[in-house]
Amino acid sequence: MLTYAPTISDLADVKSLRTGDLQLTHLLLAALMVFASIQSAAQLRNPLAGNHSAATSGEYEFRINCAFCHGLGARGGGRGPDLTRERLRHGSTDADLFRTISQGISGTAMPANGTNGQGVGMTDEEIWEIITYLRSIQLKAPSKPVGNPRHGEQLFDGSCSSCHMINGKGGRLGPDLSSVAVSRTMNSLIESVRNPSAHLAWGLTETTKEFPQEYETVIVVTTSGQQITGVALNEDQFTVQMMDISQHIQLLEKDKLRSFKKSRQSLMPPFLPDRLSDEDLRDIIAYLESVAQ
Amino acid sequence: MTSSRTRRWIVLLIVGIYSGHALGQVTFDRLLRSGDEPQNWLTYSGDYAGHRYSGLDQVNTRNASALVAKWVYQTAATGKFETTPLVVDGVLYATGQDDRAFALDARSGRPIWQYQRTLPSDIRPCCGRVNRGVAVLGDKAYLGTLDAHVVALDAKTGNVIWDVTAADYRKGYSFTAAPLALKGLIILGVSGGEYGIRGFIDAYDATTGDRKWRFYTVPGPGEPGHETWEGESWKVGGAPAWMTGVYDPATNQLFWTTGNPSPSNRGEGRAGDNLYSNSLLAMNPDTGKLNWYFQFTRHDEHDWDATQIPVMIDSGDKHLLVQANRNGFLYVLDRTTGRLLSADAYSRATWTDGKDAQGRPRAGRDSSPTLQGQTVCPGALGATNWMSPSFDPQTDLLYVTAREQCDIFSTAPQPYEAGHAYYGSAYFPSDQAEPYSGALRAINAVTGQVKWEFRHVSPTWSGVLSTAGGLLFTGDAEGNFIALSAADGKPLWHFQMGGAVYASPMAYAVDGREYIAIAAGSSLYAFGLP
Repeated sequence: MLTYAPTISDLADVKSLRTGDLQLTHLLLAALMVFASIQSAAQLRNPLAGNHSAATSGEYEFRINCAFCHGLGARGGGRGPDLTRERLRHGSTDADLFRTISQGISGTAMPANGTNGQGVGMTDEEIWEIITYLRSIQLKAPSKPVGNPRHGEQLFDGSCSSCHMINGKGGRLGPDLSSVAVSRTMNSLIESVRNPSAHLAWGLTETTKEFPQEYETVIVVTTSGQQITGVALNEDQFTVQMMDISQHIQLLEKDKLRSFKKSRQSLMPPFLPDRLSDEDLRDIIAYLESVAQ
Repeated sequence: MTSSRTRRWIVLLIVGIYSGHALGQVTFDRLLRSGDEPQNWLTYSGDYAGHRYSGLDQVNTRNASALVAKWVYQTAATGKFETTPLVVDGVLYATGQDDRAFALDARSGRPIWQYQRTLPSDIRPCCGRVNRGVAVLGDKAYLGTLDAHVVALDAKTGNVIWDVTAADYRKGYSFTAAPLALKGLIILGVSGGEYGIRGFIDAYDATTGDRKWRFYTVPGPGEPGHETWEGESWKVGGAPAWMTGVYDPATNQLFWTTGNPSPSNRGEGRAGDNLYSNSLLAMNPDTGKLNWYFQFTRHDEHDWDATQIPVMIDSGDKHLLVQANRNGFLYVLDRTTGRLLSADAYSRATWTDGKDAQGRPRAGRDSSPTLQGQTVCPGALGATNWMSPSFDPQTDLLYVTAREQCDIFSTAPQPYEAGHAYYGSAYFPSDQAEPYSGALRAINAVTGQVKWEFRHVSPTWSGVLSTAGGLLFTGDAEGNFIALSAADGKPLWHFQMGGAVYASPMAYAVDGREYIAIAAGSSLYAFGLP
């Protein structure tokens, strides 16, 4: 599906015209640039937009290429964010999506098309099919904010910020929430507050390791009888690196401990409606939305 | 009964004798008797029986805690480093990511030569730009490449002696496994089960590179087994053969295993058993003719390649072939006849609801992938995978790297397009089994009973080595290399290598000093006593 766009070498050829034709060269260059911008604008629109059968093919392509990280139905897996959101962290236009899928996002687990060690990647048409599919399942963002972000900020500062950081302010025991609202669905944010143990958040990802570290609760007793409770920052067979509830880093060797216990019961208490009303929760989410750019 | 002290002296004496003939030729006779020269590691699994057992015992349960890193060789390449090195008379031969091969001074890790294949930009590896090692025969080292060539290198210089094209890489054919040297042949199986290839096993003349035979693992029209494929599906039926086989000299049988039918997770369109996918093939290595076969998973829809190394074990007068299969069962076969003797689960397996008349676990009704997704255990990566098991004749235990993970299998129709990935589905870890775990399991290879397990923090892609020193060696996803007691799985020593392990360990000796080597991250490590 690639259409013609002038390359740098094409432009160099134009420049190689005789100097007497300089004016002509400039004209040609300008014309080419206009042509290029029209052409790239054309490419930046999904040629398959709204095509139902393309969306179906895209769903299959998505299952094969994307769902491992982004989950069945694109609602987000542990590794990749929810893609049913209208606003995405790395850009939401057709062009942004095409670029993200083609080139990947450096510094994240999102690989460029064809570079994950599995085959030659998708064709441009297949990428557009995936984008068509994503558009078909996208949830429209509400026109009005879901709640009152200012009140949400007050609630966050009172109840959440002792453990969670937003844009450099707050605690360190739980995950940084600066951009969580653009990578997770509303439902998953609600679940994280109401039932934080249902799915533990993912922490450190090591490049060659299959699974990232989760925010598991760790309770150890040292040989001197001191009990330390916290979350695992990382763990291997012989050592554990943890953040205790006083937010100190503890670096421990397991064989030097009297006991070592891990739990998938999150250290974060469940904020049930009797403790945090639905309205207040919506306000907190509105605040998270407002800070996540 | 020989005391362990005496045994150690005998081993060291042999090591001393053999290290005398530096850079000797590797003959078929030496390969047959690899157990007589434990200082060398002459084939992928260390011997023809698939034991991955070293007769060296200088490093043992009493001194393992003193192990130290002796050298590190860095490839500086990215991706998974899956090699098992070979060592011949003090020279170590291995491969790395992107089809490089190298020879090192096995004492110091210093390179003697390096070979880097120039790969086309559009190769079709399934699962990383990996290579698992070389075969050595005569004065040459052999590797298969990601662009589906077979290459013979001069073992002393790394110069290319011959280079033949086996198949068209543009259609998804590639080689990742270490070849097996046998008689005057270099035998290897093709990868590409994710691309709708037609799998095969090839034998090449080691001297000239001429292809002596090819066995297609998907039978063509008129051949037995062809009727197990619906319509034209056989043409893109997969059944790759991407691991190294084993050889029984007593019966002159070559045992080679095969992988999934294509598309890997969609059975529609290929009704039937899909022979010889997910099978063990017993062949005559001289002719490439099939003697018998055993299919572990019929009409597979879960990507459960049966390519795990089969292990030849003799128990009393029984000559067995044992495989811990990716589908979660340990199969014990009579290796002369191919008769199934037992099949016992060594991991959680929800896909089966009973056994057929032959004793094979059969697929249950709710095991097929669906559009909405069907949770099945084990997951697509299997209860184990290509990481080598080890059989220790001292403990009579088979050591298997196991994984507990269930997946959601979701199917999707996908037309075949040459050279394009052809899965027909996708799979994702199911949180039903969260957190996904891994363990080294010690299994009685005859009864199938799990004697003990050493639990990993997360699933590992490391194989296992056992040694005459009463030790097991394995690596983990967190980068540790670990020595354990082969008797009870107690960890005795560990070293943090800084990169996950996707390889199986081996052992060798030079100048009477034992080394244990393993690839991790992008480096090859060798450990020994101070």
